[in-house]
Amino acid sequence: MKVIEALRIAMRALAANKLRSVLTMLGIIIGVGAVIALMSIGRGVEKYVTDQFAGLGSNLLFIAPGQISDGPPTLRANPVRSLTLADMHAIADRSLVPHVSAAAADFQTRVTVSRAGKTVTVQANATTPEYPRVRNWKTTVGSYFSELDSDERQRVVLLGADTYKDLFPNNEYPIDQIVQVNGMNFRVIGVMESKGGGPGGNLDRSIFMPLTTGQDRLFKQKTPNGEYRVTVIYASIDDSANIPLAQEEITQLMRERRGIKYLDQDDFSIISQNDLIAVFGDILGALTIFLGAIAAISLLVGGIGIMNIMLVSVTERTREIGLRKAVGAKRGDVLIQFLIEAMTLAAVGGMIGVALGWSLAQVVSTFFGEFQAVVGADAVITSLVVATAVGLFFGIFPAFRASRLNPIDALRYE
Amino acid sequence: MTSQHNGETPVISLRGIVKTYQMGDVEVRALRGVDIDVYSGEIIAIMGPSGSGKSTLMNIIGCLDVPTEGVYELDGKDVSRLKDDQLAAIRNHKIGFVFQSFNLLPRTTAVANVELPLIYGGVGGRQRRKRAEEALRLVGLGDRLDHKPNELSGGQQQRVAIARALVNEPSMILADEPTGNLDSKTSVEIMELFQRLNAERGITIVFVTHNPETADYCQRIVRIRDGLVESDTRQQATAGIYANSAPPASYNGHEPMMVKEVAK
Repeated sequence: MKVIEALRIAMRALAANKLRSVLTMLGIIIGVGAVIALMSIGRGVEKYVTDQFAGLGSNLLFIAPGQISDGPPTLRANPVRSLTLADMHAIADRSLVPHVSAAAADFQTRVTVSRAGKTVTVQANATTPEYPRVRNWKTTVGSYFSELDSDERQRVVLLGADTYKDLFPNNEYPIDQIVQVNGMNFRVIGVMESKGGGPGGNLDRSIFMPLTTGQDRLFKQKTPNGEYRVTVIYASIDDSANIPLAQEEITQLMRERRGIKYLDQDDFSIISQNDLIAVFGDILGALTIFLGAIAAISLLVGGIGIMNIMLVSVTERTREIGLRKAVGAKRGDVLIQFLIEAMTLAAVGGMIGVALGWSLAQVVSTFFGEFQAVVGADAVITSLVVATAVGLFFGIFPAFRASRLNPIDALRYE
Repeated sequence: MTSQHNGETPVISLRGIVKTYQMGDVEVRALRGVDIDVYSGEIIAIMGPSGSGKSTLMNIIGCLDVPTEGVYELDGKDVSRLKDDQLAAIRNHKIGFVFQSFNLLPRTTAVANVELPLIYGGVGGRQRRKRAEEALRLVGLGDRLDHKPNELSGGQQQRVAIARALVNEPSMILADEPTGNLDSKTSVEIMELFQRLNAERGITIVFVTHNPETADYCQRIVRIRDGLVESDTRQQATAGIYANSAPPASYNGHEPMMVKEVAK
C-alpha cells in the first residue's frame, strides 16, 4: 500500500524532470545495454560454434602441421614441414594405430570457380575419397567421388551448398554440368549438404575434388620428393573413450615418421573436438570477464550518478519533505519514498538498457547473418535485478539524509 | 478561566512550557514558562514581535518540536515527551497546518495535494479521493479539483492548503501567518473562510501572527513577549463575518469582554 503510493510519487517526480531522469539513467542504460547486447551475441556465437563442432563428428581428431600456439600458418616465423598423404595412410593403418577407424586427408586452397558468366572465389578441398565418411557428411544430390575417380585423377567436383546456390541461381540440376575451376573444366557430380561455418572457414562456400586431381592438375603443390602435400588429416576414432589413447598413438607415429628427436617439440598438432571447444570456452570466458568488468564499471558510474542526482533532489525538495513530515509522514515513509525513487530510476534505466541491448544484438545478428543472438531471460532478469540493487545501494544515503531532515528547518528552507 | 468551560478538557493545555536552545556556548531560552489553555471551538491569535518565542511556541503546539520542560496535553494526551515518529502520527491525526507560503506540492493536482495527509493516515484510495473532494468543496474549490497550484491564484492555493488541513478532521488548525503572502482583499476572504469553518463547524483555529489585522477576526488574543505570555484577552471579533452583524451574546459560553463599534 505505502510502497505503491511511494512508487506513484516516484514516477511523478521522475516524469517531472524527464531530461534529468534520462541523463541520470544513462550510466545504467549503457551498462545494462552493453551487457545484454554482448551476452546475447556471445551466446549466439557460442551456440553457433558448438553446433558447428557437433557437426564435425564427435570422434574426430584433426592432425595439422605446426603447433597451434604458434598462431596461424601465415604468421609463423619458420616454414612448417607439411603433412603428406603418406602420413594419412600411416595413420589409417590399423596395425600402426589400432583405434583409428578411418582417416582422410584434405588439401585446402582458394580457387575461383565460374559457370555461365558467374565467378565465385571459394575454398577448394582436395580430399581423399573417405572424406565424407570421416567427416560424417552427406550429399544432397549425386554422390562423393569414388576411389576410382581418385585413382584416375578425374576432373570431377562436388559443390558446397552455398557455392551451388551462387553458380546455379535458378536451381538447375547440377549433375554433369561443367564448371571452370581456375579456368579448368570440371564436371559436377554432386552437391554437399549445408553444414555452415566451422573451424577452417565456411564449408558451404567450398568445392570438393579428388586430392590427386587437385595436386596433379591444378595446384601442383607436391613435396620435393613427389609426395602429395595435405593441409589437414582427419582421423575418426572408433570410440570416444579411446580418443586420448589414439591421440598418444598418433603422436608417437608422427614423431617417428617426422624424425623428431627425444625432448624436441612436436612440429604438428593433434586436436580433438573437445580441445577446440575448450579453447573456444577459454576465449568466451575471458570475454565474459571483460564484459563483466565493463558492466560493473558502468553500473558503478551509473550508481554514483543516481546518488548524485538523488542528493540534489533531496536538497531541492527539502520543503516538500518538510511538508510531508508536517502532515504526518514518518521517517520510514520518507526513506521509502526516496529509496523507491532511486530504485525506479535504476530499474527504468535497466529496462531501457535491456531494450537497447536487445535491439543492438538483433542488428548485429542481422548484419552478420551467420548466427542468431540469443537474449536469455536469465540475462534480462539478472540485469534488472542488479540495476535495481545498484539503485537501492546508491539511494540509501540520500534517502537516509531526507528521512533525517527536521520538519521545522525543512519547512523554513529557502 | 477554566470555570467557564465547566471542566471540559481543553484541546491544548500548556503548563510551564520552557524551551531552550543551545547556540554554541550560549543557552537561549526561547520560552520561559508558558501556560495556555485552548478549548474546543475557539478561534485564537497568538501574537508577538519577532524574537518573542512565538514561532517556538507554534512548533511546540504543532507537535513539530517538544518542550525542554513543562507538559503539553493535546486532547488530554501528554505529547511533550514523544519521539519523532509518534509526533508525526499526532500531527497526522490531530493537527492541520496552514502556512504562509501555502506549501503545496508543485505539479500536483489540488485533490492530490489534499489527499496527502490521508496517504500517511493510511486511508484507502477511493475513500481518500472522496474525502479530499469534500474538503475542497467545503473551501469553495469544488470546481478546481484537478487544477495544479500554478493554475490557481494565491487565494485559491491557500484554500487548497486549508482543505488539506481540514481533510483529516483534526482537533485544531494551526495557521502560521496564513495571509502573509496574499493581497488585502484575498486576505479578507481567507480570514472569513477560517471564521466560517470555526462558526459553522466548530473547528478550533489557532493563528500565529504578528499582523494586528488578523487579531480582529479572533475572539481571543494571546500576546507573547520574551518567551512569556504577556496578555491573554477575550474580545468580540470585529472583522470578517462578524463585522456587520450583532455580536452573538455568548458564543463559546463566555461573555465578550468588549464590543467595538465598527467604524465604516
